[in-house]
Amino acid sequence: MKIHEYQAKAILARYGVTTPRGEVAFTKEEAREAAQRLKSNICVVKAQIHAGGRGKAGGVKLARSSDEAADIASHILGMKLVTPQTGPAGRIVKRVLVEEGLDIKRELYLGLLVDRAIGRVVLMASAAGGMEIEEVAKNNPSAILREAIHPAVGLQLYQARKIAFGLGLPVEVVNQSVPFLQALYRAFIDTDASLLEINPSVVIGDGKLVALDAKMTFDDNALFRHKELRELRDLDEEDPLEVEASKYGLNYIKLEGSVACMVNGAGLAMATMDIIKYAGGSPANFLDVGGGASADQVKNAFRILMSDPAVKAVFINIFGGILRCDVLATGVVAAAKDLQLKVPVVVRMEGTNVELGQQILRDSGLNFTIANGMKDGAQKVVALAGGAR
Amino acid sequence: MSVLVNEKTRLLVQGFTGREGTFHTQQMIEYGTNVVGGVTPGKGSTKHLERPVFNTVADAAKATGANASVIFVPPPYAADAILEAADSEIPLVICITEGIPALDMVRVAATVDFKKTRLIGPNCPGIISPGKCKIGIMPGRIHKQGNVGVVSRSGTLTYEAVDQLTKLGIGQSTCIGIGGDPIIGTSFLDAIQFFNDDPDTHAIILIGEIGGNTEERAAEWIKVNVKKPVVGFIAGQTAPPGRRMGHAGAIISGGQGTAKDKYAAMAAAGIHTVESPADIGSTVAAALKS
Repeated sequence: MKIHEYQAKAILARYGVTTPRGEVAFTKEEAREAAQRLKSNICVVKAQIHAGGRGKAGGVKLARSSDEAADIASHILGMKLVTPQTGPAGRIVKRVLVEEGLDIKRELYLGLLVDRAIGRVVLMASAAGGMEIEEVAKNNPSAILREAIHPAVGLQLYQARKIAFGLGLPVEVVNQSVPFLQALYRAFIDTDASLLEINPSVVIGDGKLVALDAKMTFDDNALFRHKELRELRDLDEEDPLEVEASKYGLNYIKLEGSVACMVNGAGLAMATMDIIKYAGGSPANFLDVGGGASADQVKNAFRILMSDPAVKAVFINIFGGILRCDVLATGVVAAAKDLQLKVPVVVRMEGTNVELGQQILRDSGLNFTIANGMKDGAQKVVALAGGAR
Repeated sequence: MSVLVNEKTRLLVQGFTGREGTFHTQQMIEYGTNVVGGVTPGKGSTKHLERPVFNTVADAAKATGANASVIFVPPPYAADAILEAADSEIPLVICITEGIPALDMVRVAATVDFKKTRLIGPNCPGIISPGKCKIGIMPGRIHKQGNVGVVSRSGTLTYEAVDQLTKLGIGQSTCIGIGGDPIIGTSFLDAIQFFNDDPDTHAIILIGEIGGNTEERAAEWIKVNVKKPVVGFIAGQTAPPGRRMGHAGAIISGGQGTAKDKYAAMAAAGIHTVESPADIGSTVAAALKS
């Protein structure tokens, strides 16, 4: 789960990380009042969306008065920001962060993530602050400093010093960096984060280290033990169909194509998308209904697939291990009758009670196409969706 | 022969009396797996499915002489269940549970000596040596005893591949589901090494997916060490970057972990790559003939 920059900064501040003074604003007037309270010569108005690249897209602006801050906020609020991370559809800005402007001397990259290869949390740092870490990793990997952290002892002082000296920071800043980095690590662990990036972290005129930006992503699997974090979820930042699917425990990701698919199991769901492409079509979504999908879940899954106007045909690909094919077929028939399907549906079932399942589909009086295997199913559904492109 | 599990496997079930534990234990017993007992804290000294229930893994291990344990414990407590099994030095632990917090697995990885306790999973279908022993949730009847080793990060996609093999009359020595999480106990490389050393495994199927680089690392090792034919498929060729595709570990992040990179690494290692998931079985058949 992602959160906004201002929310991440509020969390970090509780751990003792220095962040710029600032307030979130939902309206022009709130932005004006926030700027007045800051009593800063320069303030920054920053669009709050769950995607990076805001500055280049025009979502971050400087203001020299509270009136100017209000004007900028009214311009940014409601605007559609298109950045490399939002995709071409972009995001509508619904909140801005109004912050004090700072006298920036140096910019650094600081990040924490779970390194899957070594099974540890790793602290990463680079002197090239403000740049995407992926870019640095590609062009100059040796410029990234890394410290793997043992979970039993946490980030040690020497590790923080190694990073800080490695960044070439002066001794006064190194001394501040150690508690700063330890606070970041504590925040990461306490919130079950999967990613924490301070890009940039800046050294300002008086030598203080400040988290100028903040990005936090939390482990969805750990949200059960963080009620307070769940409340930070912003549904406006998510695709409405994905939000709807998540209510029913369905794993749905909307894509750009015209062939909808419903599959059990994540690997098979990905492979089904792949084989649709291989047959010349283009998948409209990823959808994993899980191992023990109920008739009700199948129905909701169908409804969500059909709400995508780009869908021209549906491919149901189920390998029934535990899920019996007759149960699935009953669910599909009920859903199809209920929703009055207007597009062709190709069903490929394999596994327990497959003959019975196919019989139920044939006897339904509905126009299902029964496929024999994944390849046959993919070819049939792509043809029904208007053929290969 | 088979890898890791066989007729001598004596299995404990952690999370024995729960709904999942009960259902899948029944299925395993029906398949012929020797389930010697189970653990559910607070239900010790009772019986379930005609097997003894224990409060702790330590008690269960002592009383039954179990040499493997399968975990059906819900996600909040599953990491603890792995640690408990490891503490009793159970040599093989298979964790089926999906949805364990990543930082819990960081603690497991830092605590468990994987040389003493081999962990398979979490978030996996389990392991099966057809005709001998089934540990996990895979449908037993689609498998057939034989000489192809299968290792995969996915559940149903593995069933698909196995089903294709069986329909072509090709049996399997052992199928290992290593799991779809970012931090797992047994890697592709570990499984490939087992299969390479097993004289009854004549060919290997590697079914990977987007995210991480364990397929690439296995491919490097295969290039140098494996003479048996290896067939490889990667799911997620059409997956968009930055999105988690169902499995916690299936994500292309920062341009890393793409299907394209994995296919390139496999091809460079002389692995028979398969682009369509419908062609896995036939590619193995062709590789076995050549």
